[in-house]
Amino acid sequence: MAKLLMKGNEAIAEAAIRAGCRCFFGYPITPQNQIPEYMSKRMPQVGGTFLQAESEVSAINMVYGASGAGARVMTSSSGPGVSLKQEGISYLAGAQLPCVIVNIMRGGPGLGSIQPSQGDYYQATRGGGHGDYRLPVLAPSSVGEAVELTRKAFDLADKYRTPVIVLGDGMIGQMMEPVELPDDGESAREPESKPWAARGWDGSSPRAIINSLYIDPSVLEQHNLALQRKFAEIEKAETSFASERVEDADLVIAAYGTMARIARSAIRMARAEGLKVGMIRPVTLWPFPSEPFAQAARTAKAFLTVEMSAGQMVDDVRLAVAGRKPVHFYGRTGGMVPTVRDVLSRIKEAV
Amino acid sequence: MEKRILIAGFGGQGVLLMGQLLSKAGMHENMQVCWMPSYGPEMRGGEANCGVVLADEPIGSPLVTEPDVAILMNRPSLDKFEPSIAPGGTLLYNSSLIDAEPSRTDIKVYDVPCNDIAVKIGNARVANMVMLGAFNALTELLPAESLLEALRETLGSGKEHLIPVNQQALAAGAESVV
Repeated sequence: MAKLLMKGNEAIAEAAIRAGCRCFFGYPITPQNQIPEYMSKRMPQVGGTFLQAESEVSAINMVYGASGAGARVMTSSSGPGVSLKQEGISYLAGAQLPCVIVNIMRGGPGLGSIQPSQGDYYQATRGGGHGDYRLPVLAPSSVGEAVELTRKAFDLADKYRTPVIVLGDGMIGQMMEPVELPDDGESAREPESKPWAARGWDGSSPRAIINSLYIDPSVLEQHNLALQRKFAEIEKAETSFASERVEDADLVIAAYGTMARIARSAIRMARAEGLKVGMIRPVTLWPFPSEPFAQAARTAKAFLTVEMSAGQMVDDVRLAVAGRKPVHFYGRTGGMVPTVRDVLSRIKEAV
Repeated sequence: MEKRILIAGFGGQGVLLMGQLLSKAGMHENMQVCWMPSYGPEMRGGEANCGVVLADEPIGSPLVTEPDVAILMNRPSLDKFEPSIAPGGTLLYNSSLIDAEPSRTDIKVYDVPCNDIAVKIGNARVANMVMLGAFNALTELLPAESLLEALRETLGSGKEHLIPVNQQALAAGAESVV
């Protein structure tokens, strides 16, 4: 099938539709506006529902309702909007409702800027809302991978009955790259059977109740233990990463998303100068791929984490490396993006 | 091969479209391509720019911070981006709208009077295509047919009648620099 030149945001939206998503609820915010814009055009064409809610809070609660009724449903936003959604996300996690939440990150905190950032890593990987929960977080580093991971997000959501986050930054939302869209038709991927969904009771089965309220603490603890077992299962089965030239590397860079692309350019320049540098790129940020870092700690002399933040993923890298080797950090914040040259000079300092 | 191209001007000059056409033409040639726009609270008449990377291996950074080739369509772009061009790189500037001379001596500089040529052809709005024609003739990165094919795809059947004037603009731009 011919490749199309698509903007990241539009590619995510089309990938969602091709993954069987038929409900989208959202509220505008830069730099992800092309997702709702695209959905507003496409959803009516495929018999789906697009609704611009009056706020992010209502959008996420519409997601709760649609998911509770068994629909494949998505919402998208950027930092400030995702913060508003957190109460609903915690409810979705508690009620074990599948959905996909896209966060195209911008500079923060507060209203911040509209330029690219990775400052929402903590929020995404630590649950984000109240209570003990984690959500799978997928971090694409190209438009093509954004298509793959959006599709995967819906499958993971249904498989584990959990919200799944697709975490990108303003660059991946705005840039255009060739993509190959899965060509299995627009309605080929119906949501799998969901006996737990509340679709109306006909008396033949127990009532489906969508709920995250457990007044009795001993019951709630059992619910929490079940959630924790599910999270452990996800950690075991769904961790994903990509590595480049780690085998002989003295210095291993840790970077995700578009930051990993910039790091890749810097690594090429460093290698051309004879420096042995490689990279581990987490594709799932939760579950975090600790194992490849632990392994690399045996052969590498040091690590360098590069982020568009003040240093968030570096915590997970340090937990994985467990003090065996130094873990350096370089980051820019506020919507400023580290340049290839910046990263190269940090590589030279760390080698 | 990896070429990093920066295209800048004011909103409405078609600089984002120029980048998309280069990207699509690159795809026709089985190149790896990446197009990255500046984005912000922008408006017609405000600043606009995009970076395009054409390469034969997977592209690293999508940002074009040190362009191999800069296409600058107005004066503010020249002031802002001339210093960023990689040493040994190429600058094409729209001398119809830019009344200053570029000052760098370590790069190749070409002036293309895009608007004047476009007006001569009879359509002031194809100034961007004049520039693309000049770019293509100078860099020989892409076959002219691929660029034209990219334009056909982008305009679609509804605007097919605009192909001849754009084709003329591409050719006139190429002639102006060879």
